[in-house]
Amino acid sequence: MSMKTRVSAYTLSVALIWSSGALAQQMKAEVLHWWTSAGESASVKVFADQFTKAGGTWVDNAIAGGANARTAGINRMVGGNPPTMMQFNTGKQFDELVSNDLVRDVDTFAKANKWREIMPKPIVDATVRESKFYAVPVNIHGQNWMFYNTKVFADAGLEPPKTFPELIASGEKLKAKGIIPIALGGQPNWEHNLFRAVVVGHGGAEMFRQLYGTRKPDVVKTPKFKETVEIFGKMRGLVDPGSPGRNWNDATALVITNKAAMHFNGDWAKGEFIAAGQTAGKEYGCTVVGQEPKLVIGGDVFVFPETKDKAALATQEKLIQVLLDPTTQIEFNKKKGSIPVRMDVDVSSMDVCAQKAHTILENPANQVESMEILSPPNFSGAMQDAVTQYWNNPNMSADAFIEKIVAAMRDAA
Amino acid sequence: METISIGVPSVAAKGSRTRRSVRTRLPAAIALLPTALIVLVVFIGCMLWTVRLSFTSSTLLPKLDWVGFAQYSRLFANDRFLTSASNIVIFGTLFIAGCLIIGFLLAVFIDQNVRGEGLFRTIFLYPYSMSFVVTGVAWQWFLNPGLGLQKLVRDMGFESFTFDWLVNQRMAIYTIVIAGLWHGTGLTMAILLAGLRGIDADLWKAAKVDGIPTWRVYTSVVLPLLRPMVVTAVVLLTTGVVKLYDLVVAMTLGGPGIATEVPAKFVMDHLFERNNIALGTAAATVMLITVIAILAPWVYVRYVRPQGRHA
Repeated sequence: MSMKTRVSAYTLSVALIWSSGALAQQMKAEVLHWWTSAGESASVKVFADQFTKAGGTWVDNAIAGGANARTAGINRMVGGNPPTMMQFNTGKQFDELVSNDLVRDVDTFAKANKWREIMPKPIVDATVRESKFYAVPVNIHGQNWMFYNTKVFADAGLEPPKTFPELIASGEKLKAKGIIPIALGGQPNWEHNLFRAVVVGHGGAEMFRQLYGTRKPDVVKTPKFKETVEIFGKMRGLVDPGSPGRNWNDATALVITNKAAMHFNGDWAKGEFIAAGQTAGKEYGCTVVGQEPKLVIGGDVFVFPETKDKAALATQEKLIQVLLDPTTQIEFNKKKGSIPVRMDVDVSSMDVCAQKAHTILENPANQVESMEILSPPNFSGAMQDAVTQYWNNPNMSADAFIEKIVAAMRDAA
Repeated sequence: METISIGVPSVAAKGSRTRRSVRTRLPAAIALLPTALIVLVVFIGCMLWTVRLSFTSSTLLPKLDWVGFAQYSRLFANDRFLTSASNIVIFGTLFIAGCLIIGFLLAVFIDQNVRGEGLFRTIFLYPYSMSFVVTGVAWQWFLNPGLGLQKLVRDMGFESFTFDWLVNQRMAIYTIVIAGLWHGTGLTMAILLAGLRGIDADLWKAAKVDGIPTWRVYTSVVLPLLRPMVVTAVVLLTTGVVKLYDLVVAMTLGGPGIATEVPAKFVMDHLFERNNIALGTAAATVMLITVIAILAPWVYVRYVRPQGRHA
């Protein structure tokens, strides 16, 4: 027994010396995220490299699939063995971690570096809880882009549509020419993404906020909402029969290969065009459909689990500094397809789509917070079920769909 | 003894006999203790925990309040859950019946001492070695109207040929059944073939002497003898039905619309994506009750009643 005690005391003291030594020499950061695709891992490597340059050791813990990664990370936090830093999407995903005191408040850094002034308000609001920053936003993703094939439109003698009624009209013409008007990955979440693009583009930012944010049934009973839903319903006829079940990147490929004209997706779809050797503004274009283009924005944040270990605290602080460094921001977002979360950096070295996003977002009236920020997953899930039923059943009327939305609002209250 | 027929026999015995039997059984009891603990804590414990959570308003993290049957009334008003429930009935019935019928026919076919038996057996059993994810993706490609079968036949000159079940709301669930059958029949065949091989050759000779047609021997003599094999196959296939998840995720992701949703996917989505632990566990509890309700009569007939008769 005494032998055992001595051994454990020895291990303990070694561990103590080692950890205090680590404070001085080496910062070791275990980072849990779900950026596993080629483009994503290239972008996370920018962070890793910059952190290594700053003298730290980056231990990459990538778990495929957002839901899996979040479950693994939350379990570790609850179990008392958290990673140094962990990814979340901007929004409500980490609400309960904040209310259970599992993540660290980083407001001192936010105040010192004026985050509230240099970041768009929807992003700030989505990261702040009880008037304190509990996470570090790292990028802005636009979710309602319309990518289009410039050649297909030129051949058909059409201009890319600016509004949704225009889109329906040109869609019919393209269809008559044997082109797939809209390439859609027919999986519930992409159908829902398309629906949101129509709501914000045709119904406007206020309707979008009321539908996903305040969730009062009044908004869906307005004539304008019904009109929006009917436009979305007409779009059912503009996709090809092979759409159900298709992956989003296969849908993007249809536009790349001149088979389809338009594709609604978030800016991450740019990665597919880049991988196919195409350039924004040349082979493909990007635009936001709607009278006044509004960009639905979300993004990614990192949270820093609560810890008492001084070395870990110092490491976390270094990480925060690295994440928001202007050069890191530009390089990271070029790879990721998003735009820098800081509006005060120069984006002239980025592609035309990113520059367009930056220009749109310079007017705060054009910034619309994404569904992930506005709705709890419970409600967005119920909405998704309603949208996918309407989209896949050509016989379902707009009124029946609206009834389903009302039910979703009631159930997820 | 008559009345406590299903109790443990040693309970009733008294005196030194009990003490001795305890001593001899002690090592066995100790050896079984870890298993017993795991069963109690992990299986039963988690089951009770799940049932308890279904009566709460838990969202992302478990919360131990009490909301009565609120989650259940939400569950049974949920289109998606109702579709899931009817889908699992359709899938379960067709899948089990189909596997048994096709599996039996294949087994009979191989049992005719065909040449290259080993080859056929491998071919038929091979799909079973694929994971459901691989099966689902392969069938998704094969049944996709723009890529697979339909396009192939059309390219061969039959322009009007249509086979779009995969993207058709009413028929999509049957494509899942087809993929499931492709995956599961091989195993059923192997089990039934083993049974067929175990049947006494004298029975066949006797039947021949009596001049009974072969099909009649199969239906009236062989099939009843294969009962234990059929039961084994049914049990294995049923577990496959209850946990049906990955095949659907890989093949249709529950679509088109909600046409191919299944209960296990409902539970998974609500637990891990929608931060709705309470509704997810309520659905899991309903699944559990259904399985128990189906199994209970069978367990009673098979294990409880016979013992009662012998005692």
